[in-house]
Amino acid sequence: MLTHATPGSQAFLCNTANTKPIMTINRTLERAALATPAAMSSRLRGLSDRAIAWLFIGPTMLILLVINIFPLIWTIKLSFTNYRANRPNANVTDVGIDNYVAVLTDPDIWLAMQNTAHFLFWTILLQMLIGFTLAYLIDRKFRGHGFWTTMILIPMMLSPAVVGNFWAFLYQPQVGLFNYSAALLSGVSASSFSMLGSVTLAPWAIVIVDTWMWTPYVMLICLAGLRSIPDYIYEAAEVDRASKWRQFWSITLPMVMPFIMLAVLFRGIENFKMFDMVNLLTSGGPGSATELASITLKREAFEKWRTGYSSAFAIILFVAVFGMANMYVKALNYVKNR
Amino acid sequence: MKTLLKKLLALAGISLATALCLGAAPAQAQDKTITLCWAAWDPANALVELSKDFTAKSGVKMKFEFVPWPNFADRMLNELNSKGKLCDLMIGDSQWIGGSAESGHYVKLNDFFAKEGIKMTDFAPATVTGYAEWPKNTPNYWALPAMADAVGWTYRKDWFAKPELRAEFKKKFNRGLAAPKTWTEFKQVSEFFQGRVVDGKKVYGAYIYTERGSEGITMGVTNVLYPMGFKYQDPKKPYAMDGFVNSADAVKALEFYKSIYKGSTAPGMTNAYMGEGLDAFKSGQVAMQMNFFAFFPGLNKDPVVGGDKIGFFANPSDKGKGVQLGGQGISVVAYSPNQKEALQYIKWFADPAIQKKWQAVGGASAHNAVLNDPGYAESAPYAPAFMESMNMVVDFWAEPSYAELLQAMQKRVHDYVIADKGTAKEALDALVVDWKKIFKEDGKLK
Repeated sequence: MLTHATPGSQAFLCNTANTKPIMTINRTLERAALATPAAMSSRLRGLSDRAIAWLFIGPTMLILLVINIFPLIWTIKLSFTNYRANRPNANVTDVGIDNYVAVLTDPDIWLAMQNTAHFLFWTILLQMLIGFTLAYLIDRKFRGHGFWTTMILIPMMLSPAVVGNFWAFLYQPQVGLFNYSAALLSGVSASSFSMLGSVTLAPWAIVIVDTWMWTPYVMLICLAGLRSIPDYIYEAAEVDRASKWRQFWSITLPMVMPFIMLAVLFRGIENFKMFDMVNLLTSGGPGSATELASITLKREAFEKWRTGYSSAFAIILFVAVFGMANMYVKALNYVKNR
Repeated sequence: MKTLLKKLLALAGISLATALCLGAAPAQAQDKTITLCWAAWDPANALVELSKDFTAKSGVKMKFEFVPWPNFADRMLNELNSKGKLCDLMIGDSQWIGGSAESGHYVKLNDFFAKEGIKMTDFAPATVTGYAEWPKNTPNYWALPAMADAVGWTYRKDWFAKPELRAEFKKKFNRGLAAPKTWTEFKQVSEFFQGRVVDGKKVYGAYIYTERGSEGITMGVTNVLYPMGFKYQDPKKPYAMDGFVNSADAVKALEFYKSIYKGSTAPGMTNAYMGEGLDAFKSGQVAMQMNFFAFFPGLNKDPVVGGDKIGFFANPSDKGKGVQLGGQGISVVAYSPNQKEALQYIKWFADPAIQKKWQAVGGASAHNAVLNDPGYAESAPYAPAFMESMNMVVDFWAEPSYAELLQAMQKRVHDYVIADKGTAKEALDALVVDWKKIFKEDGKLK
């Protein structure tokens, strides 16, 4: 590193060399520099920082272009045509914005969007509430808290396919543990209701499963936030005789808020494109009660083979998620910088 | 002497060359491997066994790509649409034939059949129309009927034989407790068993298809729709569906299917297809089970519910007869680099002797040599019901747009039957609108 470093960076390293972590980094960089073959280092010496930077990110950019950007551009192109992937010999004609109009005026699409909104709202709300509460409790550092943290994390380590399958068994009206427990608590007959077969209950059934699986993830993020709050702030609050309640509202919550917002962003994006688990649990049924946008998209694209139409739908979803995520990130930055 | 030596050398040379040539031919064939793609189920395993004979005779090795039924269409149609070379032979579903023929996925077999002396008249007519022809009822063949199948019914013969149940049923309905022949009888029997305790266990009347994702509920409901008078189109005017798809009879049939679902099935059967049906029957949960005949050899041998405990019957009738066609034909994939070997396999498979073996190992031949055999009806307890069914099969649309047509029906029927959305009339009216839209996009309707 010292061989190739710019004068500016050397100055930075020298100025901060008294700190322990920087010394460690220095040593690592030095070792890396020494390990660089002489032939390569002499070749690199002639390159500018910008050129070296491009050299490093070039392969990644190339892969991104090939597997992300090109398909995106291709999808945009297809969305203006009547192309169907199952009719390779059919004429492909330009249909202008017809596919976009058709998507936006299709009542089935709006039903799927409503289902997605219901799923998103309730999963995120429940996961944030339960996740934060669990993190708050785990942060108390009680006896065996390490064990319980690990136990709580287990659901998020499972594959969504596994989760979908075993919750389908748990929800089984005759032998399922969920129905049995609900019957025990409420007194109603276990086989008198079907979580996955009822139009009213099925949307809640998928919310419960997603909450069960991903609350630990939210808990981890919140826990990181809670542990990042320096103790001296609470000590100062204690000195000022602030109540626990006041400490929570004035210190804990505001300081954890960027972490919570980050968790909302991650879960929001993930659940907007939720497919596997719901597909295994209900296949979008009963009827279309749990047909989320991604399931509709898959049906249009790979079951009905309306490639042009589904490309338009995919682009609309992409723009919606991308736009919302951007606005959200701006809000997140605002909260962080307060 | 020199001349003799030259002659001997020349002879040795020729012998060596001949030996090398002869040796090379099987060696080359042994290097060839072809892949057969199908669904993952019992008959596919039987075909693996049967195909060993082909490898032994031809030297061509066989590979198999089997996909579970719920993903079969998705996976294989993707493969065909992307012009993939994975499959040399495809045992594709009957409804794929139109799309696969028009998109050039399958090799047209007319010339090959003519050259090899394979006659379609040697196969059951319903299977030729259902699995091989496109356009339907024209002599254009894209497959050889491979697996004859239809929806049928199993029932618990031991439960039906219980004297106390027979007496109670007789008293209630003034007739003997037996496998139902009409849908009215079916409903009486299924409701009779619903919620009853048999052998100390609560049981249910019937298992019927309700699956939403792929094709399940359509493959189920059509077994009531067909005999009750539903038609896909005006027989005199193709693609004219008003008054046929949504006729008063069709509405009544859809309501009837819902009444069976509501009143005669086990709780939670809201998204169930073939596998769930087998589970329900094998676990002794239901008195009668709807499923494809292809599963019946396995069920008949089942140690718990097979043998003397199981009975079989053909789909009940109403004002008419009809049952959903299952089964598949075997096609050569147009993108295969091994078409020669794939055709060789079809030639081998069409042989009547192989068809008999196919039937014997657990397949279901559509060849007349098997079906018209005097001993066929007694060959298995389900054989009479199967023969009866094959004479009344009806298939879903086999148009190139079949997937869209199917998804529309899945949605409308599931919405009404399972999700209680709207009325039967509204569901079928909406289905006509959906189907008209699809045919208009295809240019088949103005």
